[in-house]
Amino acid sequence: MSVTIVSEPHEEGMHPTLPQLVKAASVIGESCTVIIPGGNGADEASKIQGVGKVIKLNGACFSVFDSSTWSAAISGLVDGTVLMATTPVGRELSASIAAGLGRSVVQDVTSIAPGIKVERPAYSGKAVESISVSGDAVITIRPNAIESAESGGSADVSTVDSGEDLRIAVLEAIAKAGERLDVSEADIIISGGRGLGDRSNFEKLESVADSLGAAVGASRAVVDEWGLPHSMQVGQTGKTVTPSLYIAVGISGAIQHLAGMRSSRYILAINKDPEAPIFGVADYGIVAQWEDALPILHEAIKSLP
Amino acid sequence: MKVAVLIKQVPDTTARISIAGGSVDEGSISKWTISPYDEYALEAALKLQSESGAKVVAITLGPQRSSKSLIDAAAVGADELIHVLYEGSSGSLSLQGALAAAVRKSEADIVLAGKQAADTNSGSTAPGVAQMLGLPCVGLVSEVKAVDGNFVATRSTSSGMERVSVNGPCVFAFDKGDEELRRPNVRGIMMAKKKPIESLSPADLGVSMEDGGVNVESVGYPPEKPAGQTFQGAASASEVVTKLREEANVI
Repeated sequence: MSVTIVSEPHEEGMHPTLPQLVKAASVIGESCTVIIPGGNGADEASKIQGVGKVIKLNGACFSVFDSSTWSAAISGLVDGTVLMATTPVGRELSASIAAGLGRSVVQDVTSIAPGIKVERPAYSGKAVESISVSGDAVITIRPNAIESAESGGSADVSTVDSGEDLRIAVLEAIAKAGERLDVSEADIIISGGRGLGDRSNFEKLESVADSLGAAVGASRAVVDEWGLPHSMQVGQTGKTVTPSLYIAVGISGAIQHLAGMRSSRYILAINKDPEAPIFGVADYGIVAQWEDALPILHEAIKSLP
Repeated sequence: MKVAVLIKQVPDTTARISIAGGSVDEGSISKWTISPYDEYALEAALKLQSESGAKVVAITLGPQRSSKSLIDAAAVGADELIHVLYEGSSGSLSLQGALAAAVRKSEADIVLAGKQAADTNSGSTAPGVAQMLGLPCVGLVSEVKAVDGNFVATRSTSSGMERVSVNGPCVFAFDKGDEELRRPNVRGIMMAKKKPIESLSPADLGVSMEDGGVNVESVGYPPEKPAGQTFQGAASASEVVTKLREEANVI
């Protein structure tokens, strides 16, 4: 079976989810073609084991995300099942490609087996759907849900030029306040909730985040009540995140919050209430006042060799 | 100008989801609501109504019970209501095809929708409908304005926010914005009950709901996570850091 991966452009070269998509492709097909809109990171992509061919798709249109234009540029190059990562760009582009090709799309798959059989969470993680896919579909795979393919490949890299015209014009880019990493990009996230007592205490989380290279997230309650940016919100009406480590400080764990972070690889929760639902999903739970535990945690992190 | 808002009725996000015999037991769901992101789309449509004199047509696809979400939309100000009545389940392709046909029938100029529904959590509908209508799509939008024949939207990106402009008809998929959602008043609720709902079957729209390919074989509960390790007292934080390094290998 043929598999085509569309690898999302990434500022620093290859998108970090690509080795996971190659691994998924190897489960359902023999070797895969990787299409990289904009072409960034093609050489790195060609060295992943299991990649048969890399297509650098060049064109002026890849300077701005425009799903209808990008799907027009990509669709003609697609062969067989299409895999993408479940990122904001991946969700939109995959649906656009699928509808353009007259196919169904299955989003946010967390496991994939030959057949093709996939599983995906629904109802914000309250249920899991088992789905069988026949024929060529478009499937997006949740970041960090599947292990990465090894390196050691040597695929050919070719270039295709696209002359598609953008239909969306950027008038103004409004940079994020500060240089802080976005929660949807981070491998470690430290989040705060109402238990922090006051917005100013987020500075203490930021300080720990700086020591870990982490992003800072927040629960819906504090985003709404303390006026924090919505981009920080983790949960049902915020972002769904799957970092390697999620640290929840003063977050009780409302079901909407758990929906956004329960698939993190490891979860550390600090809460004074031993009955807090967050402990139900935590791998490590510290029952303590956060004011006491956070400084000790921070010191221990700083003194790691 | 006419604005179509795509609305989906979903279980309230706080509702318990019971599963019986490999599927969700809908009878056990205590409360149904408009999917949260669709509410932001509706709010933005109502802003275009008050600022630019747009007519707002609310469109839903689903079983009989979902007409309640249209009445709720009318209660806050939607002018026209279209219900694509379909009791079955469907793949993304036929669902998008039916919604695109309903939008065409409504003669709307632009389409607003939530970025994803709170039940399927997929996020395929808005870009798929855009593709079927031959329109561009702008996702993760928090605001849209009509400016000199163009539409100017604010969308979030991985590096911040962008103000983008689209010349002509477009589909906008809404994220949660800063807007306060309006609540219906008594008069609105009374008027909404009298508002006619145009009820259409997929056949009326000339679309088939058969698209095969993707088959949900069963729905189950997520696997229970094995119990974690619990530590008492703040002093344990340094031991936990050691475990994060040596056991979990994540820092």
